[in-house]
Amino acid sequence: MEKIFKNLSLISATFVLVLLVSIFISLFNSAKPSIDEYGLGFVTESAWDKEVPIENSVSSLANDAKPIKKEVKASSDEDDILAAYEDEDEPLTKTVFGGWIPIVGTLLSTLIAMVFALPIAMGIAVFLAEIAPKNLSYVVGIAIELLAAIPSIIFGMWGLFYFAPIIQKVVGGYQVSLLTAGLVLGVMILPFMAAITRDSMRTTPDVLKESAYALGATKFEVIKDVIFPYSKKGIIGSIILALGRALGETMAVAFLIGSVFMMPKKLSDPTISIPVAMANNFGEATGLTLSSLFYLAFLLFIISFVVISVAKFYFLRKAD
Amino acid sequence: MRLTINKIVLLLSTISALIGLAFLGWILITLIMKGLSSFHLSLFFKDLIDKGLRNLIIGQFIIAGLASLIGIPIGMLAGIYIQEYGRGKFVRLIRDLSDIMMSAPSIVIGAFVYAVVVAPTGGTSGFAGSIALAIMMIPIVINTTDNMLSLVPRELREAGIALGASKYRVILDIIIKAAKVGIMTGLLLAFARIIGETAPLLFTSETSNYFSLDLTESYPSLTVSIYNLANDPTQASRDLAWAASFILTMLVLFINLIGRYITRHKG
Repeated sequence: MEKIFKNLSLISATFVLVLLVSIFISLFNSAKPSIDEYGLGFVTESAWDKEVPIENSVSSLANDAKPIKKEVKASSDEDDILAAYEDEDEPLTKTVFGGWIPIVGTLLSTLIAMVFALPIAMGIAVFLAEIAPKNLSYVVGIAIELLAAIPSIIFGMWGLFYFAPIIQKVVGGYQVSLLTAGLVLGVMILPFMAAITRDSMRTTPDVLKESAYALGATKFEVIKDVIFPYSKKGIIGSIILALGRALGETMAVAFLIGSVFMMPKKLSDPTISIPVAMANNFGEATGLTLSSLFYLAFLLFIISFVVISVAKFYFLRKAD
Repeated sequence: MRLTINKIVLLLSTISALIGLAFLGWILITLIMKGLSSFHLSLFFKDLIDKGLRNLIIGQFIIAGLASLIGIPIGMLAGIYIQEYGRGKFVRLIRDLSDIMMSAPSIVIGAFVYAVVVAPTGGTSGFAGSIALAIMMIPIVINTTDNMLSLVPRELREAGIALGASKYRVILDIIIKAAKVGIMTGLLLAFARIIGETAPLLFTSETSNYFSLDLTESYPSLTVSIYNLANDPTQASRDLAWAASFILTMLVLFINLIGRYITRHKG
């Protein structure tokens, strides 16, 4: 019985490793057709689902038609033959997918969210950790944490029907835009960022703060010269963690970014982000569209994996 | 001068706290006003096809409940392994990976489940949705179990072993019992977190207008339906979306408050 229990728990622990590895592998596998077709150029290609005449786009292909035919003959894959057959019918165009627009949309909306949320979150954290009396800090702290627990779809709906019209009045342009999506995303990560920053600030030993006060420092000086330097790593880690959350957020953005594959020229233009591209197109997608979406998912997974790892293991690792 | 700067900074951060609270208030008041004005008790007795929410609420609970049935045992066992059995590099690796998974984008988990469950089985299903939510839940449960077990004093373990109990008996009868309140709270919060998820369900369970107990078919989901209804141009659908959001948010906040209450009074 002891052995069974121990092995069960070992299996469960190993399951996490297996799960993560299989996420990597299966995303990569599903993205494979798109990766083979477009390679790394996918990342900087701004067309999505666009018919491109073959001769114009890739002149080298037109020059050496023979080697390509050879390849097709060499492979016995049915799909390839089918593709070659279809090519004979319409040999002049091919469909191009590229991730540049959703990648830019993801990065820009995250950037806007961070610029908006960072100062306010820092202010809230300082207020909770240092300014507010204990009771007030407790109550406001709970309120902020509850705000963090509200499902992101609610932020999206509220943003679409109440926040976006106001932004539109102030800034002009469309209701759904990069700017409104970024701001609502900012509101969404605000409580999360504030709560974990406050926790980092609270790790500062009281003795340090008291010594500074005893030397005649003002509260601001204590915050600036004692608390910030002491908890710098934790605070940066919290910010990066919030960044990671913003990068992968779907629902708060899906309502507001406009979901069009269009490069935004100004902040009030609609565009699309990686999670939203997936949310809105995954259901009906097949073939290259689907594997291109998987390619995007794969990229997003790697980006957030790196971001989260940096935050957790470089900045937030407890010294042990 | 120093004092003036001090005052300005303190004022600014107090204002930020007020801004944060203002957003919370704004969102909650909007939800309550719009939610209550479209809310009606009959919503609980009709399915979406008849402009009600019954099938969606039950469906969401069943998907999240099944996810908990899968996720909680695996997560707790893994947490027990990390804290009680394993040591060294392997444990550190598992802990790190589970930490990373806790913050992984939920839509990517949805894509993964689509690739390994939905595509091979030929369509969206309640099971696929549950699996996606279970994957979201496992790292949270591991984290909770790990943290709560680490708070149990070493002496309790030693006392158990000294009495001649086998290790798994000590874990199940003594350690888990000692950490019960903390673990229960953690599980409650984990449940609150997954029941409000939309992104992992979009293309795994999808949603359905009808009441269903058949988890092999597209399954009614409250959150996915909120997304669809809110994007519908008709006012009636939007009102229904608000009522559904209201119910969902109150539920999530309620579970969170219960969790907090338990930790504060019994933990």
